[in-house]
Amino acid sequence: MSRHEHLERSIPSTSSDPTAEVTVTINGVTLTRQVSTRMLLSDFIRHGLRLTGTHVGCEHGVCGACTIMIDGRAARSCLTFAVQADGAEIRTIESEEKDDGTLSALQQAFQECHGLQCGYCTPGMIMNIRSHFDSGEELDLSDDGIRELISGNLCRCTGYANIVKAVRRAAELTGRA
Amino acid sequence: MSTRKFGAPIKRNIDPRLLTGRGAFTDDINLPGVLHAAFVRSPFARARINGIDTSIAEQAEGVVAVYTCDNIGHLDIELPLLIPHPSMTKARTQRPLARGDVYYVGQTVAMVVAVDRYVAEDAAALVDVDYDPLDVELDLEQAIEDGAPLVHPTHPNNIAADFTQVSGDPEAAFAEAEHVTRIRVQVDRSTAAAMECRTVAARYDATRGELTVWDGTQAPLGVRGGLASIFGMDEDKVRVIAPDVGGGFGQKVMFPYPDELLVPHAAIQLGRPVKYIEDRRENFIGSNQERTQIHEIELFAKKTGEVIALRDNFLHDTGAFIPYGIAVAQVASTSIAGPYRIPNIHVRFRAVYTPTVPVTPYRGCGRPQACFAIERAMDQLAEELGIDRFEIRRRNLIRDEDFPYTREGLLFADGLRVKLDSGQYLKALDMARDAIGWNEFAAMQSRAADEGKSLGLGLAYYVEGTGLGPYEGGHVKIHPITGKVYVNTGLTSQGQGHDTVFAQIVSDQLGVKVEDVIVVEGDTGTFEWGVATFASRAAVVSGNAIHKTAVKVREQTIKAAANMLEADPLQVVLSDGYAEVPGTNRRVSLAAVATATNPLRYAFNSAAQAATQFASASRHDGPPLIDGQHPGLEATDYFSPECATWAYGVHAAIVEVDRETCRVDVKKYICIHDCGNMINPVIVDGQVMGGFAQGIGGALYERIEYDTDGNPTNANFVDFLIPYATEVPAIEISHLETPSPLNPLGVKGVGEAGCIAVGATLASGIEDALRPMGGAKFHKTPITPSMIFEAMAKA
Ligand code: FES
Ligand code: FES
Repeated sequence: MSRHEHLERSIPSTSSDPTAEVTVTINGVTLTRQVSTRMLLSDFIRHGLRLTGTHVGCEHGVCGACTIMIDGRAARSCLTFAVQADGAEIRTIESEEKDDGTLSALQQAFQECHGLQCGYCTPGMIMNIRSHFDSGEELDLSDDGIRELISGNLCRCTGYANIVKAVRRAAELTGRA
Repeated sequence: MSTRKFGAPIKRNIDPRLLTGRGAFTDDINLPGVLHAAFVRSPFARARINGIDTSIAEQAEGVVAVYTCDNIGHLDIELPLLIPHPSMTKARTQRPLARGDVYYVGQTVAMVVAVDRYVAEDAAALVDVDYDPLDVELDLEQAIEDGAPLVHPTHPNNIAADFTQVSGDPEAAFAEAEHVTRIRVQVDRSTAAAMECRTVAARYDATRGELTVWDGTQAPLGVRGGLASIFGMDEDKVRVIAPDVGGGFGQKVMFPYPDELLVPHAAIQLGRPVKYIEDRRENFIGSNQERTQIHEIELFAKKTGEVIALRDNFLHDTGAFIPYGIAVAQVASTSIAGPYRIPNIHVRFRAVYTPTVPVTPYRGCGRPQACFAIERAMDQLAEELGIDRFEIRRRNLIRDEDFPYTREGLLFADGLRVKLDSGQYLKALDMARDAIGWNEFAAMQSRAADEGKSLGLGLAYYVEGTGLGPYEGGHVKIHPITGKVYVNTGLTSQGQGHDTVFAQIVSDQLGVKVEDVIVVEGDTGTFEWGVATFASRAAVVSGNAIHKTAVKVREQTIKAAANMLEADPLQVVLSDGYAEVPGTNRRVSLAAVATATNPLRYAFNSAAQAATQFASASRHDGPPLIDGQHPGLEATDYFSPECATWAYGVHAAIVEVDRETCRVDVKKYICIHDCGNMINPVIVDGQVMGGFAQGIGGALYERIEYDTDGNPTNANFVDFLIPYATEVPAIEISHLETPSPLNPLGVKGVGEAGCIAVGATLASGIEDALRPMGGAKFHKTPITPSMIFEAMAKA
């Protein structure tokens, strides 16, 4: 390789895709950014805002790894364009720990019950459960009920049993059980 | 010493980081100025390439470079055959980018590097490749017939390897048999489908001539070795880091995948970091898979049910290439006799090229297929001889007094003998019978029948050769400032919780809290000797290496502390981060001991001051560091097992088959499991449950499908059915702990345990449920509702 090869190439720093202005409130912080109009919300959160706790496992809406909360409801960020989130209130896994930096009850329960192994599915799983916990709905804490509740999230490591336990434990810890 | 941590259900050290979104997976690592790679992949299972036109793609805005086989220089090679074996002739491996021919849908043909992934993928679609499609044969049994289209013209009948192993004197035993049972069984292709796809990112520092690669791999040291040799660099100039990795299950042990070479190559050439984050479709068509085998197995028995010989002849689908050699087929062939005393074995396999994604290990690695073959055959033998299924197994199991039980003549995938080292096979069987409720089952089954329901009991026994060599190492160091203990090993974790189990091992030796033991794995810059994470070997091989090392550091610590405390070393106890003489007020923190053992010091903190109060730990005439002594409390050691250690277990299930919908409902599932001494029972159970869920997938749902032209037809999570929580039944696990005599900790591996026997167990149960309906047979997994429907119609 020539020592000057890299000088001979002029490498652009961003794509020339058209952009639009987007304002979102994410984990309580309101911000405005120019984003490519075809950028997925998952990519915007992960790479644009560098909140990398939200993961992507399929980018076609099946695995739930990318689950975040949009206006209080669980949503798959891989099925949403960033521009669609304009004006929305978003919560990601980064909002889950308490202000003093300790784990939320849900997070504690996952640790206590060994509800995660590689941890790749975990943020999406937790945001899905969080949306149910916060919705005020009556939780069905039977095994079947919890399995139904998390049935939008794939996990390839745990076999789910410990996640079921963790959900029940978190409900106990927060007085929902 | 404080309570023993080995064997305790300790919470995992790594969890808070992963739970708060602070995990650092490859795509999370911030590399300013990073460029993105995307691949052009073959749309044909077999074709000749007449030409590749990259000109339009190169002109596209935001595109930085387009690579084909013509401009990758020294990388335009056939990739290494990782595990050579004499049973293969001219083993075929793929090229990073196709030259002349393509051999499966998904094979990499060109790579585009651009400013972001969106632009790179757009531009990949602009690369114009002119193909002439060729004939293909996807059916394994047809593919070996004369005249079948060849994947590689170099390999007649598509045979990649042909290998026979013999134990005992099978020919003589065949003649003595009073009953022979024959069965043909098949396990279909599946894939690891870790939630994080494969990833690689690279940065080249031209000033220092150093290449750093972040790779979601199970084998960072292997990747480093491969990169160094293929790039002609010193290993010290290549650093490979496996950061957090979102599941591996074998798929990520293989190297190099084309991207693992091409991304670093582009980073060196372009002077900018480059990354490639595989997407899910690419994972289905471009990352290795496993499972399809067709076994024709025969059991030669006495009328009593005692099996005196086994003959198995199987076909193993190796996909378009065989980069990992015959490992999967070899594990299957050496696990074929399961937990039984069968003294005479003849097992032959042929590995067959098919124009599909290459085959390398996926969790289980040949064991589920072997288990399915022998266990289905055992059930059939039981039925033919009119012997109960538990009883026929009881009559054939290896007895406690037979251990170690060697299958002379069979060589395992490590090239070493098959020696089942320890176990309580009969006890496990009895436990399974009790746990599943065998005594009450007949009554339950007939009650259900009265209500028009089909209930069945399924059963399967498995063995799992684990903890393969050649070796791993451990490095343990007590930090002089904080007293925390740093531990390194060469292999790496993809969620198994190594950081906690290794910390437990060290905690017991050094008397420090588990959370004060910091395990750093998967970075060739911190520990550079070792192999990789595969074959359920981390706890066994690295665990024992770390144990041996921690024992050495303990000795150093006690010796130095005894000096400082003016005590007899035998009086010194390590507990709660201190060395102390019980019953006295003499104690010193490990940080102080570590500080004091480093003679060149300033009193820069309280530990150093405490250390100086006691004067030097090496107080004597002569130099502060005696010849041959090293500063600090630190050691490195290695563990190399003499052969694999064999875990085992029994699964049993009660299933209900809905006669209308043909849906299988698992009413109860139990597992008796023995992996020797358990370091952390919660983590062991987690491994078993996770493997079990993958086993359920393989038994009932997951199947990679190709049409007759070799196009994958379900390469996504909508059509490839991974079980959600609603599809995985509860499992009740009980453990036996029969220590392995082959290593100091007495441990065996557990990584693959859960998945091995599920297919055989459910097939056994479904068959039992439908027996009154005409005796449909289930000799193939996954068992789908339509298979049940057809089998019932036929029976
Ligand atoms: S990444 Fe969004 S659902 Fe899988
Ligand atoms: S913990 Fe690995 S995918 Fe769920």
